[in-house]
Amino acid sequence: MGRSVYLDYSAGMPTDKRVVEAMLPYFTEHFGNPSSLHAYGGPVRMAVEKAREQVAKLIGAETKYIIFTSGATESNNLAIKGLARKRAGQGKHIITSVGEHLSILNVCKALEKEGFKVTYLPIDKEAFVSKEAIEKAMTPETILVTMAYANSEVGTIQDIRAIGELCSKKKVAFHVDAVPAAGRIPIDVKADHIDLLSLASNDLYGPKGCGALYVGKGIDLVPLIDGGGQERKLRSGTENVPGIVGMGKAAELLLADMPTESKRLMGMRDKLIDTLLKQIPASHLNGSRTKRLPQNANMRFSYIEGEALILNLDMVDICTSTSSACTSKTLEPSHVLRAMGIPHEEAHSALLLNFGRWSTMEDVDQFIKELPEIVKRLREMSPLTPPGLYKD
Amino acid sequence: MPGMYTDKVMDHFKNPRNMGELADFDGLGTAGNPVCGDKMFIWIKVRDDKIADIKFKTFGCGAAVATSSMVTELAKGKSVTDAAKISRKDVAEALGGLPAIKMHCSNLAADALKVAIFEWLKKDEKAKARFKALYAELEPIVADIREKEAMGEDHGEGEGDTCST
Repeated sequence: MGRSVYLDYSAGMPTDKRVVEAMLPYFTEHFGNPSSLHAYGGPVRMAVEKAREQVAKLIGAETKYIIFTSGATESNNLAIKGLARKRAGQGKHIITSVGEHLSILNVCKALEKEGFKVTYLPIDKEAFVSKEAIEKAMTPETILVTMAYANSEVGTIQDIRAIGELCSKKKVAFHVDAVPAAGRIPIDVKADHIDLLSLASNDLYGPKGCGALYVGKGIDLVPLIDGGGQERKLRSGTENVPGIVGMGKAAELLLADMPTESKRLMGMRDKLIDTLLKQIPASHLNGSRTKRLPQNANMRFSYIEGEALILNLDMVDICTSTSSACTSKTLEPSHVLRAMGIPHEEAHSALLLNFGRWSTMEDVDQFIKELPEIVKRLREMSPLTPPGLYKD
Repeated sequence: MPGMYTDKVMDHFKNPRNMGELADFDGLGTAGNPVCGDKMFIWIKVRDDKIADIKFKTFGCGAAVATSSMVTELAKGKSVTDAAKISRKDVAEALGGLPAIKMHCSNLAADALKVAIFEWLKKDEKAKARFKALYAELEPIVADIREKEAMGEDHGEGEGDTCST
């Protein structure tokens, strides 16, 4: 790719070259099966265990509680379905929120068909889930609370520790999807009272097709995949060794420079948000201004539609995405923005902007330079633009 | 997004023809609903029963802008009878095709034009007398377009796909 401005890190990000290097020997030289007792198994087994330790450190977990999966969607499926099926005898009630990722919402919907009852709590206008609402929704039948550490779309960081304490007190299992949060903000599964936590390798600048699930002490799950009993019998199948090694390396790299890198990301985020809010009339930030992922800016510009916006940005080599319905398969705008109470026509105008390791302040400057003019041009074309919005 | 649209669609999106408003117009037609992500306005000026001038404004995606632009180009200079016959298929074909999910956009552009012509006939008694058959033909079509336009407003919670038709 040329020197285009890439602000779509939530959709996809490169695997770090150092990660790829770490992985390469495990395709060819170290091809053994970690379960083998001979000379080819040993080094591979050790590499998998090292990766487990690297991933565990990222979230303050003990190494033995990490299991590897094919990605965060599988981790979410295993955590939610696995726990629900295990504890069905104790109760059949699950609590989540309407603002969750589809790999949580659709898993809950699938469980409803199995006879589980799910409470989908509302989110507020900044996408926060209320601890009080969770407490109120709890019944003696409640077995699980499942939610994201931070909203993947609008970046709002939830009060996970308070909710974790509540769940722990009420003896309800607590599952957290940490996908966009891990490696960007400090996470400590013990202090946060988290029982289950999902991770994706590809969101850590690791390879796609690998993920992990933290399964804390005393948490039993019914596996989704039966077979040879790998990964504490919770995830059978020969380990994706190169992927696992890559994910471990990726986690190590992220953890090593998290404080400085997060500060750098926040600098870019804040400059972008503050400048655009000032320069573009009728522009809004979606989500919380303060409790926000360092890499996330999600903004909307009234009276125009998101796809038209990203096509125009693409013409000047800027890559972004939108939660507009027009780019989705369903023609429905983002369920998160709708749940935040943002009107439909406004939800169509949202731009998802996510920074990453290779983003620079020059990218931000380029974006800030191009966007106001594009928004203005599209507004000139829009019948919704009120007269006099631009005073010239 | 690149690759999703034909060159023709991108050309009309980048350089929309006849964009703007007509201050002195004979008919204004609207279609779509911002709730669904698109809203089109089409203004027409009629001279000698022909579309003498036409302008549009659109809130919507790339396909919505391109189809609006194309409809104005197809309609300009045509007799009102022929302009009223422009179909979603005509618009999509003139643009070298549209992705299946975007076909409803081409409907909206043609719809807004039909409404504009109907509004002109409604206002101008003499024209209405001259185009009795066209008026009668457009009346139920326009009622249907307006119903769809209003449906978007209570699109709120449902599973329905009122926006996608």
